[in-house]
Amino acid sequence: MDILIAFLVILAVALLAGVLLLVFSRLFAVEKDPTEEKIRACLPGINCGACGYKGCDDYAAALAKGGVNTGLCVPGAQKVADEISEILGVESVAFNDVVAYVSCNGTCEATPAVAVYEGVQSCRAASMLYGGANACRFGCLGLGDCAAVCPSGAICFYDGIAHVNTALCIGCGLCARTCPKHVITMLPQDTAVAVMCSNTQKGADARKACKNACIGCRKCEKACPHGAITVENNLARIDYTKCEKCGLCADACPTGCLKKVFFPNLPEDSNE
Amino acid sequence: MEEIKTLLVILLSCVFVDNYVLCRFLGICPFLGVSKKLNQATGMGVSVTLVMLLATAVTWPIQYFVLNTLGLGYLQNIVFILVIATLVQILEMFLKRLSPALYEGLGVYLPLITTNCAVLGVTINNILDGYGFLESMVSSLGCGLGFLLAMVLFSGLRSRINERIVPAPFRGLGVTLIAASFISLAFMGFAGIVEKIFA
Repeated sequence: MDILIAFLVILAVALLAGVLLLVFSRLFAVEKDPTEEKIRACLPGINCGACGYKGCDDYAAALAKGGVNTGLCVPGAQKVADEISEILGVESVAFNDVVAYVSCNGTCEATPAVAVYEGVQSCRAASMLYGGANACRFGCLGLGDCAAVCPSGAICFYDGIAHVNTALCIGCGLCARTCPKHVITMLPQDTAVAVMCSNTQKGADARKACKNACIGCRKCEKACPHGAITVENNLARIDYTKCEKCGLCADACPTGCLKKVFFPNLPEDSNE
Repeated sequence: MEEIKTLLVILLSCVFVDNYVLCRFLGICPFLGVSKKLNQATGMGVSVTLVMLLATAVTWPIQYFVLNTLGLGYLQNIVFILVIATLVQILEMFLKRLSPALYEGLGVYLPLITTNCAVLGVTINNILDGYGFLESMVSSLGCGLGFLLAMVLFSGLRSRINERIVPAPFRGLGVTLIAASFISLAFMGFAGIVEKIFA
């Protein structure tokens, strides 16, 4: 008899729990916008945050509500922008593709190490200790924080500095946000000339810190026929909306910090 | 006054002396699993506190008004597991619908808590210790806060460990467990303090 009561009590509790769950799941069902789900399916789903939203879900929700630029997904590029525009029935926007460039050419030979760093092998840790071991306080530390966050494995190290393989780069900008020295900049895909230096010291000091540094000599500024280059804070800056890709500035640069960009031909074993 | 004193003793001893994670070794799974980052550890701790309070508020009346009157006190384990699992899922739905912001902060940890032994342990220990309803609620609050404290302390410790070079044999779970045992030892030092404060 006792066992029957026990059995019935458990049964009653379980049934009650089941019914309650059913009732509540109906009562509190969260309706999802079907457009939002369709958009979410188009997005790559790597939650890189390059669009400025908290992740792919958040961006999809914002798009479904409307009034948001459809071309913000950087890894998805033009293809995703077109697909989203089609779902929403709006005109497709031209996607502005960007890739990461390392604004530093401080190779092992150009900027000598002034100290031996033996701490945790991370740029963030190294930069906290007197700004790192290199003579140049602005340059790449080469310890690989950017490569560690890169979702597409586009960053490798050669001669002490990071290099971005622009063919693999999806333009999410995670590396640019991670770098403690902020030497990585996001530039348009069709960039002809990039400034390969982040040193804002005065000419002589910059030169002392690194042979390849921008010394702020303004030769590029004068060489540019389109007025696209200005020197601010002893560092050349290119306005890519004005740049006509003639390459005269790079020819004029005495230290080679203005570079006609292409991915350097690296020896194969440098990809670590 | 005497009652308040009893409640305070219960609260403090649950947080420090009988800390569920560090002294009774319940709820070790989330303690090791979700303590990698401070914000996650805090979210988990707050969710567990909330669920402990809610679970006690429901299971205490069930024990005294249903099981004991039917003479089925021995069924408490099974019934409590059922009740807590249901409760947590309902809470999850509730948060999802009514407060998406809160859901993002706490809700993601709720599925992890459904069958958490610390929550079941609190509800059963409240009955075993013969606590009244108010005392049970205070003890659950204390246990939840103790859990939160342990999680926060440990996540801080872990982030420090991650910045250090650990000898190869201890890397990963090894050094984590050793660190946990040190915190646990430290908490053993609280034994006897709380009763003396109010003596």
